[in-house]
Order: sequence, then C-alpha cells, then structure tokens
Amino acid sequence: MIRFDRVSKRYPNGRDALREISLQVEPGEFVFLTGRSGAGKSSILKLIGLLERPTRGTVTVNGQDTASLPARAIPAYRRRLGMVFQDHQLLMDRPVYDNVALPLVVADAPFRDIDKRVRAALDQVGLLEQVRALPSELSVGEQQRVGIARAVVGKPVVLIADEPTGNLDRGLALDVMRLFRRFQEVGVTVVVATHDLSLVEEFGQRSIHIDDGKVSA
Amino acid sequence: MISPATWTTRHLQALVAALGRLLRRPLGALLTTLVIAVALALPAGLWLLVQNARSATGDLATAVQVSAFLKVGTSVERAQVIATAVRGQPDIATVTLITAEQGLKEFRERSSFGKALEALESNPLPHTLVIQPTTVQRDAAALERLRGTLAGFPEVEIVQADAEWAQRLAALFAVLRTLFLASAVLFGLGVLAVIGNTTRIEIAARLPEIAVTKLVGGSDAFIRRPFLYSGLFHGLLGGLLALGLLAALLASLEAPVARLVSLYGGQFRLAGLAGEEMLALVLAGALLGLVGAWVGAARQIARVTPQP
Repeated sequence: MIRFDRVSKRYPNGRDALREISLQVEPGEFVFLTGRSGAGKSSILKLIGLLERPTRGTVTVNGQDTASLPARAIPAYRRRLGMVFQDHQLLMDRPVYDNVALPLVVADAPFRDIDKRVRAALDQVGLLEQVRALPSELSVGEQQRVGIARAVVGKPVVLIADEPTGNLDRGLALDVMRLFRRFQEVGVTVVVATHDLSLVEEFGQRSIHIDDGKVSA
Repeated sequence: MISPATWTTRHLQALVAALGRLLRRPLGALLTTLVIAVALALPAGLWLLVQNARSATGDLATAVQVSAFLKVGTSVERAQVIATAVRGQPDIATVTLITAEQGLKEFRERSSFGKALEALESNPLPHTLVIQPTTVQRDAAALERLRGTLAGFPEVEIVQADAEWAQRLAALFAVLRTLFLASAVLFGLGVLAVIGNTTRIEIAARLPEIAVTKLVGGSDAFIRRPFLYSGLFHGLLGGLLALGLLAALLASLEAPVARLVSLYGGQFRLAGLAGEEMLALVLAGALLGLVGAWVGAARQIARVTPQP
C-alpha cells in the first residue's frame, strides 16, 4: 500500500510542487496520476522512489514510513520498487542484457537466477531476440520496453512509471499499458503518471487528478 | 545473504572491469602509474642510501667504547674485582680486562718495537678495562655518568670515552632516517592525492551510469568497488615500476661506486632492497592506491543523486 498523509514538497528554488496532499493506493491496484505538466505528478513518484524527501507530511510505502529510512537503507528500498521513466534511463554503452540485469547484479543475485530472470523479463516485453543489441540500435518503443523489463526483473511489489508513453505512438503506448496491466494482474501495485487522458479512459482504471500540487476532485 | 561464490564473482567482475578500463586508456594509466612510481622510488632511494652508507661505515656509528686505565702497580686480583664491580653496573654490555702482561704481549706482536721492549726493566703498561655500554648508555650524559662511576674507583687513573665522532656519525644517520620518514610521508600523501584525483575524474566521466545504478538500487559500496580496484592496480603497478626505477638507479651507480671504493682499497658493494623491503614497497603502493581511491570516491559517489 502507498499512503500520502498531508504531504508537501517545496524544492530549493522555492517552488511548491505538492501542497498538503493526501492519497492512498491499495496493494495490487493500478492507478493513474493525471494532470498537466508541472502539476506535481512526477514529484509524487519521486517521493515514492525516495528520489526526494517530503518537506512536510508522511509517505508510507508497504508499511514503511520513508522518512524513517536512513540513507544506507535506501538502495535496498529501491530494489523493491520498479521505476520506468519517459527517457528510459538506460546505459547506452551496455547491451540490453546488461541493462535489464543491472537491478539483479546490484542486489548480488546468483548468476543462474539473473540469466533466468533477465530472459523471462525480456520475453515478457517481446525483446528476447535483442539481448545483445545496444539500446542505440533499438527503436524508442523498444528502448522503453527494455526500461520496463529492467523495472520488473527484480519482481517489485510496486511499479511506478513517469510518462512512460510520452515518446511513443498510440499503438506502442497501448502495448506498454497492456504490459503494466499484466503486472498488476499478478499482484504488482502500479502507479502511472500521464497527461494522456485518452489512455486513462481506454483502460478504465482509477485515476487521481493532480492540479497545482493538490488532489483535485 | 550473498553466497561466497557470488561475492567472489562480483569482486572478480569489478576487478576485471577496472583492469579493462585501465587497458582502454593505456597512456593515462601509464602516466598516473609513473607519477606514483617516482613518488615511491624517491623515499625508497633515500632508504637505500642510508642502508648503504651504514654498511659502508660498518658499525662505527654505534661503536662507543670506554677504556679505564688502572694505576700501574694495581694487582691483577684487584683489577678483576673492579671489572666484576663494573659489570654489575646497569646498562653495561661487556667488560673486558686486559692485564698489563696481555697488553705488553699484544703490543709486542703488533708493533715493530719488540727488541726495544725487551730492554725495559719493568712493564710500563697498566691493566685496562674495556667497557662496552648498551645502546641506552651511548648518549653523552650516560657516558659522563659512566665516566664518573669509573673515576670513583681509587685504582682508576684515566677514563677515556672518546665517542664524539661516533656520536656525530650516529646523529647524521638519525637525520637521514628522519629525512626518509618525512619524505615517505610527503610522497605517500602525494600518491594519495594523485590517485584520489584520478578517481574523481573517472567518476565525473561516469556520472550518468552511477546515477542509473543508484536508481535501480545500487549501493555506494557496490558503485565504489571498481574504483577501489582501479586505485589498487595503479598503486600496485606504481610499486612494481618503482622497483624497476631503483634497480636501474643501482645499476647506473654500480660502476662509479666500485671505482670509488677501489681507490680507497675497500670491499664495499652497493646493495639493493631486500626481498621483504621490495614486498613492503609494492604493498605500500597498493595500500596507498586503495586508500587514495577510497578518499576520492567515497564522498563524490555519496553526493550523486539519481535524477529521472
């Protein structure tokens, strides 16, 4: 479960990204965060991923108050999350296999497990034939799917995605969303930030609309 | 819990990756290694200078000896009693009694005055006590105390402790030793700075990769690992290269030193580092490399914040 309790976030430049926001996402739920650019959707995801800390309020993820986590515990916390970004955040000089294996390697997973799980994740996103390719040799949509494979290879309990379809055409965007729904069906909590309302309508999942750092009705 | 096999494999991977990066930019690696080698070779060369100078001067620096000449006419028995009493003093290594007869015999054998000595009616030489103090008794104040003790025996006529030149030589070696230690510390700091800076540059070039690794849960320790191996390699290779530089220096000095020694009719030969000293130099290089990399990497990696 993800719970925000009167959470505010002010950045060092003085901008208030979130203003006393409260929301809750149940375990295994698929939720869209919608709103225009700069509304505060990405800040919510950053707080979940502990890429930022709240200025005020409490963020609880899987029963863990993130404010109480010391810096040394953050890597282990992040390994239980899957994160997907609009710009993929791939290592461009490493093959697809290495990119997808990275979360398992940093978790010191045994080699046999890594190979099995990387191939399974790539199979899920339809890129098993591209294990040796460099990301630069792939299309934008394929790169996004590598990012998704990397996000789910560690079997996370929560998957967060920030505008994962921003650079994709309609068909690829739908493919990506179907992938997310498949993960949700096996129990993963999925939170997707998007400004594409047509996707939200098409998938019919609960959506939380964010406007100027607040949840709007 | 990570298994030993996985742990070993992860470290081997980091090690191979560090070695690979080193080989991908051979000129940069060579220059860094050369700076480290020179910084290690300089204090090691000074150490060799001290060791060889000590070897060339034998044990002179510590050869402090006190002679007590007894009054002529003192009996051998009394001289033995005095020798025993001096042996009982603190910090005395050895006391040797050379009787007047032994002294005359030795003088006769070693000098060319044999026939002249036979003309003497009586032995003019006194009994002599040759006293070797322990190392703690070799400073000027301790020798003065010893001289006072010996002079307290009424049978002792003269006490001779002419150790000034030996003490000067010992002081010179002490200065050189201090110079060696100071240069070792300074050049060691230099090695730390070089490797620390090299590591910082490497990290700066790989910031995006580090940020992504943190994003997927990579700990600082995991990210630091290849940089530590890189520092270790630089230090290790620097140590080995320093050995090579010292060997070349010794080889170039061998002929001129041999010529100098032959002019003085001596037997001295330049000595290189002993096996354990070589090992210490290489290990010092490796350790400095590791610590330098740690210093350069720790804070910089901790400061990297993943930014999606």
